[in-house]
Amino acid sequence: MAEHGITSYGAYLPRWRLQRSAAVKANAWANGALAAHGKGERAMCNWDEDSVTMAVEAARDALQGMDRSAIGAVHLASTTLPFSDRQNAGIVAEALNLGESLGTLDITSSQRAGTTGLVNALNTVAAGAAGTVVLCASEHRKSQTGTPQELLYGDGACALTLGNEGVIAKLLATHTMAVDFVDHYRGQTREFDYDWEERWIRDEGYNKIVPAAVSAALDKAGLGADRIDRFMLPCVLRRVPEGIARRLGIRNDAVADTLQATCGDTGAAHALVLLCHALETAEPGQKLLVAGFGQGCDVLLFEVTEAIKSLGPRRGVTGSLARRSPMENYDRYLAFNNLVAKGFGKRAEADKQTALTTLYRNRKMLTGFVGGRCTKCGTVQFPKSYYCVNPNCGEADSQEDFAMADIPGKVNTWTADSLTFSMDPPAYFGMVQYDSGGRLMVDFTDVDKETFDIGTRVRMTFRIRDIDSDRGFKRYFWKAVQVEQGAGG
Amino acid sequence: MASGIKDKVAILGMGCSKFGERWDKEAQDLMVEAFTEALGDAGIEKDQIQAAWLATAIDSVNVGPSGVPLAVALRLPYIPVTRVENYCASGTEAFRGAVYAVASGACDIALALGCEKLKDTGYGGLPQRGRGVTNDMYWPNLSAPGMFAQLAAGYRGAHDVDKDELKRAMAHISVKSHANGAKNPKAHLQKAVTMEQVLNAPMVSEPIGLFDCCGVSDGAAAAIVTTPEIAKSLGKSQLITVKAMQLSVSKGTEASHNSWDGSYVKTTRIASKKAYEEAGIKNPRAELSMTEVHDCFSITELVTMEDLGLSDEGGAVKDVLDGAFDANGKVPCQIDGGLKCFGHPIGASGLRMLYEMYLQLAHRAGERQLPNPRLGLTHNLGGHPHMNVSSVSIIGAYE
Repeated sequence: MAEHGITSYGAYLPRWRLQRSAAVKANAWANGALAAHGKGERAMCNWDEDSVTMAVEAARDALQGMDRSAIGAVHLASTTLPFSDRQNAGIVAEALNLGESLGTLDITSSQRAGTTGLVNALNTVAAGAAGTVVLCASEHRKSQTGTPQELLYGDGACALTLGNEGVIAKLLATHTMAVDFVDHYRGQTREFDYDWEERWIRDEGYNKIVPAAVSAALDKAGLGADRIDRFMLPCVLRRVPEGIARRLGIRNDAVADTLQATCGDTGAAHALVLLCHALETAEPGQKLLVAGFGQGCDVLLFEVTEAIKSLGPRRGVTGSLARRSPMENYDRYLAFNNLVAKGFGKRAEADKQTALTTLYRNRKMLTGFVGGRCTKCGTVQFPKSYYCVNPNCGEADSQEDFAMADIPGKVNTWTADSLTFSMDPPAYFGMVQYDSGGRLMVDFTDVDKETFDIGTRVRMTFRIRDIDSDRGFKRYFWKAVQVEQGAGG
Repeated sequence: MASGIKDKVAILGMGCSKFGERWDKEAQDLMVEAFTEALGDAGIEKDQIQAAWLATAIDSVNVGPSGVPLAVALRLPYIPVTRVENYCASGTEAFRGAVYAVASGACDIALALGCEKLKDTGYGGLPQRGRGVTNDMYWPNLSAPGMFAQLAAGYRGAHDVDKDELKRAMAHISVKSHANGAKNPKAHLQKAVTMEQVLNAPMVSEPIGLFDCCGVSDGAAAAIVTTPEIAKSLGKSQLITVKAMQLSVSKGTEASHNSWDGSYVKTTRIASKKAYEEAGIKNPRAELSMTEVHDCFSITELVTMEDLGLSDEGGAVKDVLDGAFDANGKVPCQIDGGLKCFGHPIGASGLRMLYEMYLQLAHRAGERQLPNPRLGLTHNLGGHPHMNVSSVSIIGAYE
């Protein structure tokens, strides 16, 4: 049987980084022990980001230079999906403009949803059932204010493509254990997790279940623990991965940094985030072991191949970590996460109901950012329309679909609007002119106020457009962000 | 073969309510206020009005849709009453309906009335409202100042203007309008302001500051029109007639095609060119006595000077700062104080502009009177710089 495994990787961490010191400063009066977690920073979503938007960005990163027509399925792992009943992976698939001949799957309800998703995606590919599978793992964490979790957790997403050709890390073995060890839970009607004692979680959970699963996987692969070059175990409990490694005989220098200082634990995404991070600097022949813990443990063992050398540059975790804006304002973090009820004034009262008929009819445009190109004069236009917008053409019924999400552009005009209601005032918006031709008046997000002006180069990003909190709906659209220096955007 | 509107319709009478925060008045009260003055000025009975056009823009705060609210408020005798809306150009749109009805011979005397009651919104600025079911799903999060601020960025970029210089030219416009409005008992704001006040005002949508914005207010204005022959037969002399009425509406080029650089309003250029042709004006800078333009924001007025051909391409900043459009300038702009001092009760504004041009031409403008005006242009713009409707009308002495 042909080898199967990972064929590409990508990641997305939001730009904002909550400074832990700011959170501790706000909350230490209630819980002095928080200071123990007060160093460094954690990734936090902008108000217009969630698990779905981050998954899209991670997938776009992974799919750079890849053939999208080979994709047979999109899987999304997360415990913080915006919809309990409306397929979230389907939104991602539409945003990636993948068409209808596709399998989609949401994987949820466990902190090991990411690794479970990975085992499952690899099984799918091994069975020849789907060509390439795009697996996204994404988490927009929600913690009660003033808790250690708020400091320890982070927001982020990873995407892996799994397949049988061009494999950069081939699968050697997996082992999964199902153990109803309830270290924490979040009931259906609740916003926040409920955690039990850390010492018990460490002693009876991590330290017993993970080694059992790892040993079993190593046995299956016929590999000694000392052969592992990278050991990835997300864990917020200090030195637990190192302790497990030592007891198993895995080299200490193989234990992966859990990115606590710079990112925080991204929940169901984190095992894959760490795996992606490892792949970014992995050498052919290296053995990578990734474990996901949550009511049991998934372990996957990979061997990096020569093909990794020909994979083009990606943003990945490294690129995402480098792209950061410190958030010193704890209150703003609370507001972006709807943890404080800000009085945004009467303009915020406007009804944001989405007509689902309109959403459906225009899903290619709205979710996929697909415009039109006139087959007579070649003019690219958004939206696609019956009559060509070129004043020298005007041809009727001549436009074909033209995917525009990956077309870069530049700022023609802009403003910072302090009057309109915004969750993050002032609202930046303006006219973007695309390199392909075509233009659109769009929202800008994640604006770097120091450098943003007429002529700034931008790319499009998938974001929340409006939150309909009356009805529990979100609608998405594309916004423009400044293009970063360096590879992968 | 169409021959244009020039001199086919005369203004029989006009009226204008006090504009402002008319907390104690319903929209219907404002309609009556403007109509009463117009009727008295026309010197006719209500029953002589044979058709009416009502301009109101925002249904949700105001009288609601249809022409019925006007017919009921004024007890119009079962005549045709049409409600028109074309964004902020609605007022002129009502005038257009009445004028065309008379010019076509369909009726002898017609009424145009625009009214807007915005101060029931509950907060400053225009009400936050839906823009259309599909538009709401992809138009950016915008406000009116935000949209017109795009024009400032576009102008700055196209003509390489220093940010501070553009801000000063914008401020000069507001200072000039306030100086004019201080002489107008019907204006909402009747106080002069200084350059410092304008430049230091809080930012609303960069670079548009609070004093670069017209206010939001309540008001109504009305015009009664007829043919010059009927006007004379009713005893009127020194008639004021419509010389041109043009409207140009965007077709999506500016919004979706890269041929427009964002620094001017395409529709105003088209409408004004056609209006000058229709009126027989060959040299607007020499022949126009005065203008009332759509100064929703100071940048709009600045750009409009070029769009109307009153300034050269890229020359408006200098012309403005040189005082070319001040009260004692070459072609005074907003001699009544403009939207800046009246505020912008949307349906009323186009007619309020015509009201001042009419008073000036009739030598009834009191303290604001210009010496011997012959032709007045009104420019009434609705929508956004990249997608809009621009209305250019010219009225003048009937020769």
